Amino acid sequence: MKIAFSPANRQGTPYMAPNFDNVFGIHETALRYRGARASVLAANIANAETPGYRARDLRFDDVMRSVKAGSGASNAAAAANAGATLNAHAAYPGHLNMQGGFSLTALAHYREPLQASLDQNTVDAAAESARFAENAMRYQASLRFLNGRISGLIKALKGE
Amino acid sequence: MSFFNVFDISASAMRAESVRMNVTASNMANADSVVSSAGDAYRARQPVFQAVLDSAFTGEFGQSGRPQVGGVEVAGVVESQAPLRREYRPASPHADDEGYVFLPNVNVVEEMANMIAASRNYQSNVEVFNASKQMVQQTLNLGQ
Repeated sequence: MKIAFSPANRQGTPYMAPNFDNVFGIHETALRYRGARASVLAANIANAETPGYRARDLRFDDVMRSVKAGSGASNAAAAANAGATLNAHAAYPGHLNMQGGFSLTALAHYREPLQASLDQNTVDAAAESARFAENAMRYQASLRFLNGRISGLIKALKGE
Repeated sequence: MSFFNVFDISASAMRAESVRMNVTASNMANADSVVSSAGDAYRARQPVFQAVLDSAFTGEFGQSGRPQVGGVEVAGVVESQAPLRREYRPASPHADDEGYVFLPNVNVVEEMANMIAASRNYQSNVEVFNASKQMVQQTLNLGQ
């Protein structure tokens, strides 16, 4: 049996043309989060001996929640005016639309000190270094994913 | 651009720690400089660190009431108010009428500890700087 590939047959199925806006998916947001967290942790390490300085951090779950909340709102808006525009992401409310991203302004928080110090500084230099190293590794993991996406796309475009 | 803040932040800490090293070196160098009057005596100095939160680094974090990130700066250098040492050294050209000289209130052991702390902090900031440099370099090579 022959299937005719007319647009009518595609009704109800997601249109899978590559959307270059969404090629990088969540990894772009992840990179921005890791980059911002790197500066927060660097500031903690820089202020390891500043009297009264309170260590800060950006929690992953806060950022994730914010991204999800943002994408829920934008998905609802996109679904409302989706109509004829073939937006695969808007078609599935469960998909995360990462276009909106997240705002870091609302997310930084002060760390709970493990041990009180006389000058009220709450930086634990060793712990901050460990977190910085971990954050850098995760940044590199995101970069690896992005590189994979890009090389995949290049392979597809070249058709080799 | 938020990511390049890391370099400014680490650089500010390196600058502050090197000021601390200089001050420590000056204290150690002058640990034995004798003078004839209390007013002229060298007094141990200490840099006072202060977080920089409101000017160059606020960027994405600038909203009021929220923690901001920033580097560190030396707010000033204060002189120790500990009592000076007074020793009987009649042979010294600096000896006063009673044969006493004044010695600085530098505590060499304290200064050594200070120096080690400063150099360790400097090192960890250099490591942060290098790690960030690697992150940026790899980002620039993305897709190649």
